Amino acid sequence: MQASAKNPVYRRRLLAHRVGIFLSVCAMGLGLAVLLWILGTLVKEGFGGLSTMLFTMDTPAPGSPGGLRNAIVGSLMMVGLSTLVSTPIGILAGIYLAEYGENNKFAQVTRFVTDIMLSAPSIVIGVFVYALYVAKVGNFAGYAGSIALTLISVPVVVRTTDNMLRLVPNSLLEAAYALGAPHWKVAMTVRLRAVKAGVITGVLLAVARVSGETAPLLFTALNNQFFSTDMSQPMANLPVVIYTYAMSPYDDWRSLAWGGALLVTFTVLALNIISRTVFTQKTPR
Amino acid sequence: MSVQPSLSLDDLAGQAMSESEARQAAALRNTMRKQRLQDFFFHKLTLLFAASVLLVLIGIIVSLFLGAAPALKAFGAAFITRVEWDPVGDEFGAMIAIWGTLATSIIALAVAFPISFGIALFLTEICPGWLRRPLGTAVELLAGVPSIIYGMWGFFVFAPLFADHVQPLLKGTLGQIPVLGQLFQGPIMGIGILTAGLILAIMIIPFIASVMRDVFEIVPTVLKESAYGLGCTRWEVVRKVVLPYTRNGVVGGVMLGLGRALGETMAVTFVIGNAHDLSWSLFSAGNSISSTLANEFNEATSELHLSSLYALGLILFAITFIVLSAAKLMLIGMNRKEGTK
Repeated sequence: MQASAKNPVYRRRLLAHRVGIFLSVCAMGLGLAVLLWILGTLVKEGFGGLSTMLFTMDTPAPGSPGGLRNAIVGSLMMVGLSTLVSTPIGILAGIYLAEYGENNKFAQVTRFVTDIMLSAPSIVIGVFVYALYVAKVGNFAGYAGSIALTLISVPVVVRTTDNMLRLVPNSLLEAAYALGAPHWKVAMTVRLRAVKAGVITGVLLAVARVSGETAPLLFTALNNQFFSTDMSQPMANLPVVIYTYAMSPYDDWRSLAWGGALLVTFTVLALNIISRTVFTQKTPR
Repeated sequence: MSVQPSLSLDDLAGQAMSESEARQAAALRNTMRKQRLQDFFFHKLTLLFAASVLLVLIGIIVSLFLGAAPALKAFGAAFITRVEWDPVGDEFGAMIAIWGTLATSIIALAVAFPISFGIALFLTEICPGWLRRPLGTAVELLAGVPSIIYGMWGFFVFAPLFADHVQPLLKGTLGQIPVLGQLFQGPIMGIGILTAGLILAIMIIPFIASVMRDVFEIVPTVLKESAYGLGCTRWEVVRKVVLPYTRNGVVGGVMLGLGRALGETMAVTFVIGNAHDLSWSLFSAGNSISSTLANEFNEATSELHLSSLYALGLILFAITFIVLSAAKLMLIGMNRKEGTK
């Protein structure tokens, strides 16, 4: 021990080790500090704007009292519709990849493209939907926003469904086949049911992902100062309202933006936590 | 003798059976045919939905090309290198936006890579077992925070502090170096390319860190234990065993983060300053492709302006597509390795 402590090689190695570990701990600390700092700012600034008025009144003109009711309702409707559409599409596409995807060039390409769409710039999706819907129909609309959100959430659902289905043990499927069940029945009632929790996790993660998306809504749903449930017309939504209000010079608008930001962030984080804690234990390994 | 009647009885029974058997066989054939038909439709239905993902990709590329056609016709391939961006004079070029996108992403990557590496290292090698799950979840939560929140936080909290405390310091030290100092000159505003790059870095750290953590966990324990057995320190095990083994995965994770950074809109739009200026200074306000789109797409008046914005979108999509494909190919190679372990 004494000799090794004096040996310069050992000391250099020990020093390198200590510095490396120290920097690693610092990096972790920095990451946590930033998370806490952001959440702390949100809580501090957001609670000022948080009141029942936020849920009962519509977005105001600068200087007058108001809330975010129209934006909250608009966001719920658009995210809700996109979830309704993207869930079956994503699950069925995921089933295809898991059931027929072995040694199948088409499925491999699809899997690859899904992975890329998962990280594709969301603003380009917005531009695409603008070209597809807004430019054709002639006005911004809640439907266009929903389409854009759907395009973003489908890859999330496809990927998690595919990953989950491939965790199902073959013996379970073989047992079902041995009973004479047809392929589709095995896929739907045995394989899919076995990973139901995992698939729900995927859907929740997709909802969490699109709830905070702003960029694709800028040129699709746009914004609406008034309360509206007509999805063929421009529609207020939380992210775009937060964006325009935060960039505005009015203090009361900014405080509303912080309130909305707090609302969106904690919804998204809650969805993340729920999907992770409630559903993960039940997934077969 | 006694065998004979029993044989004929069997025959009789067999004949009777075959009649009901034939009926059963027919029913079975029917069921089989029905099930084959159902399976056929099931296959085609799921195939259709899987194909829809590909269709969307093709649709995006086609519609961006169609939208960009007038601008590409007017300016040709030189659109990419032109510096002008003048909506009034109808002169457009992508250089400023491309520079903004690349500069912010490279800054983000340079800052995020070492930090994410440290976090991944901490989570896989240093962290005590009971802390591993909560800390991993915290990192993943950081990845879940919507990008607009990073933008707001960057604009209202980070940028003012940055302007008051960090930028003067940078200007006074790094800014004095002869050539490199150019990057750290100019008016101090808080917002600008450097700030956008740093906010992007904070945003992509959790992505890169969680990919790295996943690939670090693939390293076979036997390899690490043999290195420890030779007397290696933990740091040496990481440097000489874990990193070489996971090189492709690490690079893939970094590229994935780069792909995110290139396409990120809201976090950048808040803090980049939104000015169509080309300057060597990282303190100056700039514009990225995505922030240009976010700011001008709805306000584009002339057809050429709109078309130029489509062309920017096309360039952005092409860049991210290439980067993400490369990332994906490297990570696929990594997963193969996991299979053979």
